[in-house]
Amino acid sequence: MSKKIYSLGIDVGSTTSKCVILADGQDILGKALVGKGAGTDGVDKSVSLALEEAGLSLDDIDFIVATGYGRNSYTRADKSMSELSCHAKGGARIFEGVRTIIDIGGQDAKVLRLDEFGQMENFVMNDKCAAGTGRFLEVMSNVLHVPLDDFGEYDAQAKDAASVSSTCTVFAESEVISLLAHNEDVKNIIKGIHSSVASRVSGQVRRVGVKPVVAMTGGVSRNMGVVRALEAELEVDIQVSPDSQLAGALGAAIYAYENFLKKEN
Amino acid sequence: MSNEVENKPVRAKDLLGGIVAKHYKEAWDAKNAGEKVGWCASNFPQEIFETLDIKVVYPENQAAAIAAKGGGERMCETSENNGYSNDICAYARISLAYMDVKDAPELNMPQPDFVLCCNNICNCMIKWYENIAKELDIPMILIDIPYNNDYDAEEDRIAYVRGQFDYAIKQLEEITGKKWDQDKFERVMEISQRTGRAWLAATAMSRYEPSPFNGFDVFNHMAVAVCARGKEESAIAFEKLLEEFEQNVKEGKSTFRGEEKHRILFEGIACWPHLRHTFTTLKEAGVNVTGTVYADAFGYIYENTNELMQSYCRTPNAISFDRSVDMRVKAIKENHCDGALIHINRSCKQWSGIMYEMEREIRKQTGIPTAIFDGDQADPRNFSPAQYDTRVQGLIEVMEANKAKEAK
Repeated sequence: MSKKIYSLGIDVGSTTSKCVILADGQDILGKALVGKGAGTDGVDKSVSLALEEAGLSLDDIDFIVATGYGRNSYTRADKSMSELSCHAKGGARIFEGVRTIIDIGGQDAKVLRLDEFGQMENFVMNDKCAAGTGRFLEVMSNVLHVPLDDFGEYDAQAKDAASVSSTCTVFAESEVISLLAHNEDVKNIIKGIHSSVASRVSGQVRRVGVKPVVAMTGGVSRNMGVVRALEAELEVDIQVSPDSQLAGALGAAIYAYENFLKKEN
Repeated sequence: MSNEVENKPVRAKDLLGGIVAKHYKEAWDAKNAGEKVGWCASNFPQEIFETLDIKVVYPENQAAAIAAKGGGERMCETSENNGYSNDICAYARISLAYMDVKDAPELNMPQPDFVLCCNNICNCMIKWYENIAKELDIPMILIDIPYNNDYDAEEDRIAYVRGQFDYAIKQLEEITGKKWDQDKFERVMEISQRTGRAWLAATAMSRYEPSPFNGFDVFNHMAVAVCARGKEESAIAFEKLLEEFEQNVKEGKSTFRGEEKHRILFEGIACWPHLRHTFTTLKEAGVNVTGTVYADAFGYIYENTNELMQSYCRTPNAISFDRSVDMRVKAIKENHCDGALIHINRSCKQWSGIMYEMEREIRKQTGIPTAIFDGDQADPRNFSPAQYDTRVQGLIEVMEANKAKEAK
């Protein structure tokens, strides 16, 4: 039996670091997510955790692809690729037949259009403003003193959605403070925040075109409140997976495997 | 060819650089000699003051030069401190600051005795020039070219521009004491045509694969297309440029260093404060800019005075959306672009506001991938290198995947 090929994908995001290790480009041997992003020890930590789970050391790895905003700072990588391609690649592996991927990460929101073979054809990214991104939700979490992990649950219990602007994170923050001052129910505010994100991101989705199957990747995909708001706004079912947040790292690991084969041949 | 030009170095690049330097020197000389000197919009019919032998300088060119040399933020902040919103075009803010402080080590030019405004390229310019005219208590001459929702300018619009054209001549005669010479005007039109044709022919050489020149060169050469279209030395320099490009095609050479792996349309004004970064990121990945809208924008072609009026109605920002789309699609197809990189320029709402729909039309009509980045023509604060890099890398990866697909 020939030696297995081990590939590693590292997604160095703005707020988290994700790592996936694959055997022969298929089986996930190790995966890790650390809540610290570019410029922190979270990057090495996520790699160590994934290696530990896989029972491997860095010397065993045949090829490394880095992605995410901190991709160029990970010096052990053999290659860096944009998170756009990596999320498309990883998303296509996780969600069968996916044609539209909405990836909302820490500081950007992107919509990817895939062809029938899972290859990225086109994309649209957010403009410079953080409105509609994970950072926007973090700011709101701090203002409301509600952990981000609880946002989905609060949203589900809301009776109504408060009106929150989608134009600017700072303006929206003042609006939320004002809503709190007027004793608006926190659950309604959270639902309003999710609608605000959905309204911002759906504009991007429509610029690419809503083509099913639609799936969501990135950290914000764990927030079912945002997923529901986007489904309502776009009138389409959106698939999510427990591995959604790892899509970028998974895509990077698949690219690492493909690049290794290319190099060997 | 005049002796003056014959004695200059033979490279087109040097000729073009010399023309820009001479342009500013002549304006200074005129000012120092007590002549009236104007500030002028880039797409004002230059045939008027060229015929009258009136010296003008271009605030847009100056602002671009100041921004490219690192002075954009300082000048923008000066205007903001004077009460101008940072939502206003950065060229306007730099120019309004220059009017106030009257010094910019990056590029100084004479203060104006009158301003010549033409809104075919920019509507913000009317208020910008009005403010200069009011602050300095000098006359403003406006040629109003309204946005054209039809495909081309017909008789009524031509007559409207013609009336203003004639009135602008009268106003300038009164201001400067110089007299209109119809024969000279005919000669200026001829020279301008020669310049326009040479400029269009040279920039059209990017249709060859590989392109004989680095597309970012066009951003620099454009200064002459803006400020000296009516001068014979400009026609000669652009004809020389064309010759050099033709020679490069024959020899398989290019001023683009390295392999030309991908060819793109660069949509919008250059991001002057970050020109090096925006260029280097593309160059390192073997991406050459072979399509721009600049080429056509400054190639004014006409056979008579009425067509001259019509050609000034065909400037980007004055033309209909359909015509704007056709302009881009033509540039993409003729220059074999594999992708389009679109600059959403915070300074220019008029140009950038249509870009989301433009992007959709480009994709629909050409099938090429596109990427949009946020930036600014002169305010460095409105650009993020990391965001630019990600978008460019994504675009390159799609172009690479498309090539791999085609190769199969």
